[in-house]
Amino acid sequence: MAAVRIPPTLRAEVGGARQLEARGETVAEVLDDLVERHPALAAQLLAGGELAPFVNVFVGGEDIRTLDGTETHVRNGDSIVLLPAMAGG
Amino acid sequence: MARALAPSLLDLVGSTPLVELPRLSPRPSVRLYAKLEGQNPTGSIKDRVAKAMVDAAEAAGELEPGRRLLEPTSGNTGISLALVAKLRGYALTCVLPASVTEERRRLLRLYGAEIVDSPAAEGSNGAVRLALELAEHDPSWFMPFQYANEANPRAHYEGTGAEIAEALERVDVLVAGLGTGGTLMGAGERLRESFPDVVVAAAEPLPGDEVMGLRSLADGYVPPVLDVSRLDRKLLVSNEQSVAGLRLLLEREGIFGGVSAGAVVHAARRLAEKLDEGVIVCVLADGGWKYLSAGFWDAEDVGAAMERSVWW
Repeated sequence: MAAVRIPPTLRAEVGGARQLEARGETVAEVLDDLVERHPALAAQLLAGGELAPFVNVFVGGEDIRTLDGTETHVRNGDSIVLLPAMAGG
Repeated sequence: MARALAPSLLDLVGSTPLVELPRLSPRPSVRLYAKLEGQNPTGSIKDRVAKAMVDAAEAAGELEPGRRLLEPTSGNTGISLALVAKLRGYALTCVLPASVTEERRRLLRLYGAEIVDSPAAEGSNGAVRLALELAEHDPSWFMPFQYANEANPRAHYEGTGAEIAEALERVDVLVAGLGTGGTLMGAGERLRESFPDVVVAAAEPLPGDEVMGLRSLADGYVPPVLDVSRLDRKLLVSNEQSVAGLRLLLEREGIFGGVSAGAVVHAARRLAEKLDEGVIVCVLADGGWKYLSAGFWDAEDVGAAMERSVWW
């Protein structure tokens, strides 16, 4: 099980939860598990079956795009953060 | 190091000091260095970018004296542009999230810039959105637009990165804060030329819930200058971790850095722990002065005190 932090923009889709537990050995499996239980998430998280470009997913504090993408391994107890991509400067 | 007499403050942009941080490395065999960008004329790394963008636009004939500039910014780029605009004779309006520290607003006004507020809850992305809308409706604006302006990463390729490459014989890791991606892209590319195996690592802020945007994840914004595939590591740093890094930097090395500098130090120490030996360069984008009015210094719950503001 991994703990997934839900950003404010997605809380309506999951009944207001700030954090959800999800199953899976990879990020793809964790996201599938979430979308299966909260189908409204699919429209926001995915684009053409892939992770949408404006969504960042962090496993253990590191962006999966600099790890193995949605194939990044998720260990039991890992914390996962979903975020909209934000600019600064 | 003696500097020749400068004809203009803008000639003092860049060539910032690089200093070792011997008391901050978690491993004696890993050497940490800091590039002190707070020593630029307005106190941040953005002086490089503002000057480069205006120089490029002038060289391309896109800017005639008296033209009005418009730029979305979380503060530092605006303050830097305000200095350049003043000395070059342009009026400047900055689109700024309503949730930045008071020092930035005060400084912008003192430099003569006008401020348009973007909604606090939309964070920096809201400033980008609003500035793009304003520019589209009024073509008399000239928008340098740091997020898509090639002069931004180029300033770091030719300046920040080249200065680091010239100063050090070895660089294994470059750590910089992620805002537009300009520092990481430009300095990263330049360092790869001298040190092909260098790891380019971004420290990215975990924004508070209150400034993350409220509508949908599609409000997310990836700056066109940022190519994430050119990053080797991208580490999320919480506001608490950034402040812990900032305090450590001050306590151990006497360097008073800003919030993103604290995040970079945090990320660098995390990376250092995994290295047997090597050289890590931290780009510290600004000093702590513009954050003194912030509530986190004495807060019991640092995270809660930082939840409603944009920090870099």
